[in-house]
Amino acid sequence: MEKVNSLEAFKNLQLLLKEETFKEGVPRLRTCTGTACMATGAQSVINKVEEEAAHSGKHIDIVKTGCQGFCQQGPVMKAEPYGYYYKQVRAADAHDIVGTTFSAGFPVRNLLYRDNILSEPKEIMETLPFYKKQMRVALHNNGLIDPRNINHYIAVGGYTALVKALETMTPEQVLDEVDKANLRGRGGAGFPAGEKWKHTKKAKSKIKLVIANGDEGDPGAFMDRSIMEGDPHGLIEGMLLCAYAIDAQYGFVYVRHEYPLAVVHLKLAIKQAEEMGLLGNNILGTGFSFTLDVREGAGAFVCGESTALIASMEGERGFPRPRPPRLSDIGGGAWGYPSNLNNIETFACVPHIISRGADWFKSIGTENSPGTKVFALTGKVKNTGLVEVPMGITLREIIFEIGGGILDGKKFKAVQTGGPSGGCLPEEYLDLSVDFDSLRKVGSMMGSGGMVVMDEETCVVDVAKFFLSFTKEESCGKCPPCRIGTYQMLEILKKITSGHGEPSDLDNLEQICRKVQKGSLCGLGQSAPNPILSTLKYFREEYEEHVHDKYCRAKVCSGLGTYSIDHSECFLCGLCKQACAFGAVKETRRSFFIDQDMCTKCKSCYMACPIGAVKVGKGTAKAARK
Amino acid sequence: MDIENINIKSSIGVIGGIITSSESRRGILIPTLHKMQLENGYLPEDLLRLLSKKLSIPLAEIYSVASFYKQFHFTPRGKNIVRVCTGTACHVRGSAKVVDALQNRFNVKAGETTEDLKLTLETVGCVGCCGLAPVVTVNEGVVGAVGPKKLKGLIHDIEEGDDNGKS
Repeated sequence: MEKVNSLEAFKNLQLLLKEETFKEGVPRLRTCTGTACMATGAQSVINKVEEEAAHSGKHIDIVKTGCQGFCQQGPVMKAEPYGYYYKQVRAADAHDIVGTTFSAGFPVRNLLYRDNILSEPKEIMETLPFYKKQMRVALHNNGLIDPRNINHYIAVGGYTALVKALETMTPEQVLDEVDKANLRGRGGAGFPAGEKWKHTKKAKSKIKLVIANGDEGDPGAFMDRSIMEGDPHGLIEGMLLCAYAIDAQYGFVYVRHEYPLAVVHLKLAIKQAEEMGLLGNNILGTGFSFTLDVREGAGAFVCGESTALIASMEGERGFPRPRPPRLSDIGGGAWGYPSNLNNIETFACVPHIISRGADWFKSIGTENSPGTKVFALTGKVKNTGLVEVPMGITLREIIFEIGGGILDGKKFKAVQTGGPSGGCLPEEYLDLSVDFDSLRKVGSMMGSGGMVVMDEETCVVDVAKFFLSFTKEESCGKCPPCRIGTYQMLEILKKITSGHGEPSDLDNLEQICRKVQKGSLCGLGQSAPNPILSTLKYFREEYEEHVHDKYCRAKVCSGLGTYSIDHSECFLCGLCKQACAFGAVKETRRSFFIDQDMCTKCKSCYMACPIGAVKVGKGTAKAARK
Repeated sequence: MDIENINIKSSIGVIGGIITSSESRRGILIPTLHKMQLENGYLPEDLLRLLSKKLSIPLAEIYSVASFYKQFHFTPRGKNIVRVCTGTACHVRGSAKVVDALQNRFNVKAGETTEDLKLTLETVGCVGCCGLAPVVTVNEGVVGAVGPKKLKGLIHDIEEGDDNGKS
């Protein structure tokens, strides 16, 4: 690869690549090679298609793209120039794809997406309900280009924003544009990026750093991963623009150790950008210099907190530090240099803002939260995956239109947004428009964008317990409110879910929550009680059921309820008796019944019964006997 | 791993030009531990002692850092490292059952290694494949949507000593 020494030369190169790389009308297959699709066998499909194509003498341009978002239906791919969108492709289908689609131009019908078995198939990607409401800004290039190839990125208009900034804008203008766009931190807190950049720019230090936070530890969120794996150059360009705006010379991307593919792709992208002269000294001959490096975490959730991330980069334990000094002040950032830290997704939005202008960005989304947000839609919805939607969309649209509703036609119960620091929202908030402020108002938060849908078979107390066990594990232990508080909250929740809850527990729980919120040093502790507080607020009756009635309506928590066998349904298969380790299921000549004195409420019989004849009821054992 | 000849300057990268040498030595600690673990599967004490000399960081400090992070291990690990994801989505879709099944089958607790070093069972917060919940990773391979059938295949592969992690 030649080094490009001037802006002019780069523009010429871009024109050349635009003409050559993605020629119109060439048969092309854009296959998703994100982690999920690779897990479902995308590689074998690619190999087979190549084989088939060679066999039939057709040339097919195979583009191995990053995550296209529809992970549930993987491996997915798009056949061009027709625009057919195929899902769940197996290696055995390669023959049909090459034959039917690329030779005859017809879609392979059995690979097209259908809502259900009786509905019309959807041929074109954009017509799928999953994609129809989406608007891709940060994920724009995921699904278009091969992340391992810098030429692809340039061919689809990559680095134009950088060229525009270097050529026609002063650093102040770049900063103003980002500030005007009111780009809010996509890491979850929603702090305006422009403000942050200004702080760092003001710091009186010659040396400044730009750091991208890719320590996405939230269970149930994987948008940063998709950007790092699928569009690393987009991130690099965003960081370059930030460095230019605030006059920083050094940059780091801090990546979770659990994302090996992201590290590989980032390192490769950095190498290619350096070879081309887009990173390093004297970028494109303009005198602007910026070097970028990757740092890996080592498995600590708290390292997503800015000061803990800095500590981890310096090679210390990942303990948060008290603020001020803030990262953007002298003495606060990495090795004491003022550092500007933004989330991956925030940086990925920057090139679009610079190339299309702040007004375009503000025209999307709501007044106080412009732009789009990527959500990782998971849990009990039909279509899970990554969705990028304009802010202000309602939860109902996300869950029922994009997500296709609840699995198996069950009833919606709650949606959990914002990971371990967010909250659960009940059905009455389904029509809430989603942005940073509206979610905060109802006791949840945007967080990194995880969105977990729960149905009637999910117990909210159990979910709260799950999040607390996560935060308790991940609490770094530096400050007592978080270290001791999360432990105590978890103990109380365990007590409640195992059927030993007392009426005073709920009040104690709430009190501890408030204290931990107020007393903790960093965001992890301050937001750890959120899952409990929000479920207590909206689903208090379920807590009370657990405590007073010793009953779990979702039948998730073992050790609660009264187990009995409905004789009118039981067909005497005896599986419950085999399953019971305590000899509580007794057999008579004509029926099985459960001996309440021996039953430990372990749920084994309930799980074992093939027809649901084992019932879990409220009330005490005595009532069941009558 | 050749600890004697670690080049601190090249390991730390360009940033080394603007930070002190003790900060540089600190800065390469975690990446070096990663490399060490990649080669040995765990962090052996004798190597850590050498590293402590080389970087002039007290051994206790190195242990303090290494034990803080979940990725570092101080005992040998199994041939198959099975990580069951217990993230939100996987939890909701029943990852606890997967953990139980593996625990009972191999008679290990999560976080332990079997005596014959065949398997190390771990739970992780989230592997970021929530679309395929519940997810298990075997060594580097990802197995999604683990139901009873897939789990059986997985257990079979591990027992037969097939360590490709294919299911």
